[in-house]
Amino acid sequence: MNTPSSAADTSSAFGRFLSDYGMVFVLLLLVVLFSVLTIAEQNPTGVDAARQVAGRIVDRYGESAGVIIVTRDTADDRLFAEAIASRLADLGPSVRATVNGSPADARQAIEAVLERGQSIDAVAANNATSNWVIYDRFDEVGREKLVIPEPYTWPNFLKLSNLLGVANQTAIYAIIAIGMTMVIITAGIDLSVGSLVALASVASALVIRDLGAGAEAGLGLMLLGTAVGVGTCGLAGLFNGAMVTAFRLPAFIVTLGMMLMASGLAYRLSEGASIPQLPDSFFWIGGGETMGLPNPVWLMILLYVIAHVVMTRTAFGRYVYAIGGNAEAARLSGVPVKRVQLIVYMLSGALAGLGGIVLASKLQAGDPKFGLMYELEVIAAVVVGGTSLLGGSGKILGTLIGAFIIAVIKNGMNLTDVDPFNQKIVLGAVLLAAVLIDTIKRRRS
Amino acid sequence: MVDSMASPHPAADAAVTLLRMRGIDKKFPGVHALRGIDLALHAGEVLALLGENGAGKSTLIKVLGGAHRPDAGTIEIAGEIVEIQSPADAMRVGIGIIYQEFNLVPALSAWENIFLGREPTVAGFIRRGEERRRAQELFDRIGVRIPIDAPCGQLSVAQQQVVEIAKALSQEVRIIVMDEPSAALTPSEVERLFAIIRDLRSQGIGVVYISHRLDEIFEIADRVTVMRDGEHVSTEPIEKLTRQRMIESMVGRAIENEFPKHRHDIGEPRLVVRNLTRGKAVRDVSFEVRRGEVLGVTGLVGAGRTETARLIFGADYRDAGSVQLDGRPLDIRHPRQAIRAGICLLTEDRKSQGLVLGMSVRENFALPNLPEFTRGGFLRLGAEREAFAGYVESLRIKIPNQEQLAKNLSGGNQQKVVLAKWLQRNAKVILFDEPTRGIDVGAKYEIYLLINELAKAGKAVVMISSELPEVLGMSDRILVMHEGRVKGIIDDVASATQEQIMTMAVG
Repeated sequence: MNTPSSAADTSSAFGRFLSDYGMVFVLLLLVVLFSVLTIAEQNPTGVDAARQVAGRIVDRYGESAGVIIVTRDTADDRLFAEAIASRLADLGPSVRATVNGSPADARQAIEAVLERGQSIDAVAANNATSNWVIYDRFDEVGREKLVIPEPYTWPNFLKLSNLLGVANQTAIYAIIAIGMTMVIITAGIDLSVGSLVALASVASALVIRDLGAGAEAGLGLMLLGTAVGVGTCGLAGLFNGAMVTAFRLPAFIVTLGMMLMASGLAYRLSEGASIPQLPDSFFWIGGGETMGLPNPVWLMILLYVIAHVVMTRTAFGRYVYAIGGNAEAARLSGVPVKRVQLIVYMLSGALAGLGGIVLASKLQAGDPKFGLMYELEVIAAVVVGGTSLLGGSGKILGTLIGAFIIAVIKNGMNLTDVDPFNQKIVLGAVLLAAVLIDTIKRRRS
Repeated sequence: MVDSMASPHPAADAAVTLLRMRGIDKKFPGVHALRGIDLALHAGEVLALLGENGAGKSTLIKVLGGAHRPDAGTIEIAGEIVEIQSPADAMRVGIGIIYQEFNLVPALSAWENIFLGREPTVAGFIRRGEERRRAQELFDRIGVRIPIDAPCGQLSVAQQQVVEIAKALSQEVRIIVMDEPSAALTPSEVERLFAIIRDLRSQGIGVVYISHRLDEIFEIADRVTVMRDGEHVSTEPIEKLTRQRMIESMVGRAIENEFPKHRHDIGEPRLVVRNLTRGKAVRDVSFEVRRGEVLGVTGLVGAGRTETARLIFGADYRDAGSVQLDGRPLDIRHPRQAIRAGICLLTEDRKSQGLVLGMSVRENFALPNLPEFTRGGFLRLGAEREAFAGYVESLRIKIPNQEQLAKNLSGGNQQKVVLAKWLQRNAKVILFDEPTRGIDVGAKYEIYLLINELAKAGKAVVMISSELPEVLGMSDRILVMHEGRVKGIIDDVASATQEQIMTMAVG
């Protein structure tokens, strides 16, 4: 009798994973779909491509070849050109000239080299500059001397830069969605997060601009600005929680009121205008990178790890679920219902504030127009991630998946040139489908 | 004696047999709820349907009402096979089901509820006068006066039930199924309900009556069908049955003593309640419970028993009064404080107050005990599982695993999970509010044994109950309440009678 029951245990463990995180498969499916749809010829750039080009020049033209390097005037191209030059210097061939500019610049450079009586054995170029027509103007050069990186086939969607971009754009929504998930699990809602994003950006920008010397502000002031932005929004969240617990007002109404008040306050404080030109040192939070990952992504990962542990491994997390499942039974079991609700709304506000700081940092401005409709994006991520609006059930990591599902669909539609109007229709349908699945699942159980 | 599927003369007994269910089979994931049930209901009889929780009664009723579709089997109404795929189908073939949870819109009046969805109209406008007149006729037919225009939410439970009955009658039903109709009624209301049922019977309507209260069965039923574990056990006329036999066929084994009361040495007063007052619900209530004592608290519905327990537990705010525990005055304003002081309350309504139904039984068990199961703020899941496993075994909680959701358990098992969570607290005072309501006989017995054990361990037990045999069988003393006040305390339980208690309870 033991064997079948243990078999049932494993199948139910798998079943539980499916019902908790089944959205993972939806996300993977979308990744596969958009990968297939965006397969295209890719032209390599960067150091590896440069080494490849230099190597082929030596193979084909020998160590004493004379080379000119033709690239455009962009940061990537400059890096590419420098990498080729330094590699060629190691291998032997001499660089006659390096062009970072237009076809006209290239023409002048070639003329100058030929005037000096030097030979041009090879032209190191990239995909863009190889299409220029000036090479055939010179008998001594010609298209056949072009050496470019080997093109390869790869989905645009799966390019590292694209994936990092998706993650970076999702990070702010995902961070705010942590608090929203907790609120929704307690069977509440927080509509004020979008406005709090704006309020935090304005509040922190004002602190940094007015207390410091604007662009010259130091680290201490950055921290103060961040603390003021997050703190203000945390207080706003606390106010939401107090209204919900002390006066038993519906969370929908309370946070709708806060949505209007916070937005109005942001406009008042900023006098309706953007507060631009925040110092570069402030840029680090939202725009910087660490070990190849954008800092907002690091922040998101850190917060999700913490939130997951809190929700699954602490009494507080257990209480959040219990309150959403049956507040009265929780109260009669000694759960500090009001305290937990207060904390949850405060966290939601504070995380929205943090999202606002990241956004302000990334765009180096505070603006009362930031965060518009974020509450809906965030609620959508939570719902797509499998958290029920009825409360009592949901998973923090599900929300992360939900946020990425929405981000991947948006990004994929951009890459496949879907009309922006149609994109809205698709996103709406996705949200409905997610709720439908949740409802069907509920009815089954 | 089971009729074969191809009965040679199906029309012959159609005159008397209103309903015949044959070989009804229903499986849910992991549960074989109904195993080939046969059931027959004649015109003008009351058939009692008995069985422990989980025996399949509710599932059978839901099949009849179109809420579930059977995997196999047929349903015949007056000799003709019918397909019941929805509640509307059930209505059409003349089956009216009155569930424990009423299907009334609280904001609408009785007559609006009765005709909800079937409003008589003229050119799209509801004929309100017609509705009201027809509703009044129905109530006259039932013989009950009801504030017909008041919103149903303001009616008493008994009145709402009458509205449900009227609603069924308005659709010309021939079969009425009542699922535990007496559960929330006072004794006099139950009497009135029985009068209504007898009247329906005389009109040729067949009534299926489900109840856990065996006394009622003897009073109202003509025949009794017993189910156990999804199977039909027996169907017999009431005059051939005894209380003992009904219990034994329900649980499937012999039961020696329904109330296994042990008497222990009773010690010092543990819980002392003085002048507890809250509005009109609880007025100047004073009593004490001693170590090792079981104090039975009874009275009519609305006498203030539950409200008193909630005040002691801090679930509601009190206007006046004091509570002492072991000679120490307590100032309890939240359930949290009561729990910390060593008082716990097993609520009457497990589903809405005792359990978080969407959480696992383990998590429910741990809820009041999390301070004990955490270290440095983190949960010790292993300790939690281990502690709960102990109770699963000692209380014989029937669950496939600890992750089972609370809502999937039968009433008895749910009550055991609630018990486990409070036992783990090792409380000094335990307030039971209707501990055996809606629980089958077997589980009841186990809960009685547990109450004995708690008393033996020196705890003070308060047992609120409407079941007088239970109160008489399990208490050391009995406190009777009436309209929020203590009407009297019976010290000599051994020679007390139900009549004596009822006389006090009605005022």
